[in-house]
Amino acid sequence: MTLQAYLTLAALLFCIGLFGVLTRRNTIGILLGIELMLNAVNINLVAFARFLGDVSGMVFTVFAICITVAEVALGLALVILIFRIRRTAIADHLDLLKG
Amino acid sequence: MSLEPIAFWGLAAVLLASSLAVVLTRNLFHSVLYLALSLTATAGVFLSLDAEFLAAVQLLLYAGGVVTIVVFAIVVTERLVGDRITQTSRQILTGFILSGALLVAVLVVFRRAPLTVLRPAVSGDLTRAIGESLLTSYVLPFELLGVLLLAALLGALYFARPDD
Repeated sequence: MTLQAYLTLAALLFCIGLFGVLTRRNTIGILLGIELMLNAVNINLVAFARFLGDVSGMVFTVFAICITVAEVALGLALVILIFRIRRTAIADHLDLLKG
Repeated sequence: MSLEPIAFWGLAAVLLASSLAVVLTRNLFHSVLYLALSLTATAGVFLSLDAEFLAAVQLLLYAGGVVTIVVFAIVVTERLVGDRITQTSRQILTGFILSGALLVAVLVVFRRAPLTVLRPAVSGDLTRAIGESLLTSYVLPFELLGVLLLAALLGALYFARPDD
């Protein structure tokens, strides 16, 4: 398959994830959309690394995966913490900063 | 006709269908299960790009770790609410227009960009190359990653402490 096919697949995946982030109400649903977007980026990195014959892209993917896992763990810890205090996981209800 | 295009199109179909299900299904729990399928299909895409090590990491960390954490978070945050784990979407039209516009823009760039089409043959062991590069030219970010994981661990512990 050509590099173009992999990049198109990743672009579709990224846009699906973006749609999820923009439309979901539940905070966990938004985090799932972010996961999809990061996943698309990883596919791009690996595809470029493979087609350009440079292993740096794959090393970067290892970093990206690790950081994403840390981000998810902390993000969900925040969701649980907010849920304890405000009793809601809906992003629209968290309007403490509204004047 | 080799096996490779069939594998790619099959994986792409599974990946896109499960990703659409993640953002469209109403049940949050089903959404996470579709995410697990989507992440597993991504591991398959990595395999088709000869990155066996990354496919294994993807399966272990994402499909194993992330999905478990998300399921745990759903159980914690939805139990006290009591009703079904449904979720609704808002501003579907805006989201569709924005993500569609981004997709069109990216595809236009792809059409104009001079992309290499030839895939070089695998030279040596890619996993070995990743390991060597990780511990030589990228050793500083590698160590910083350890610090980041420690900080994330402490932060999560701090958040999860019992109320006093």
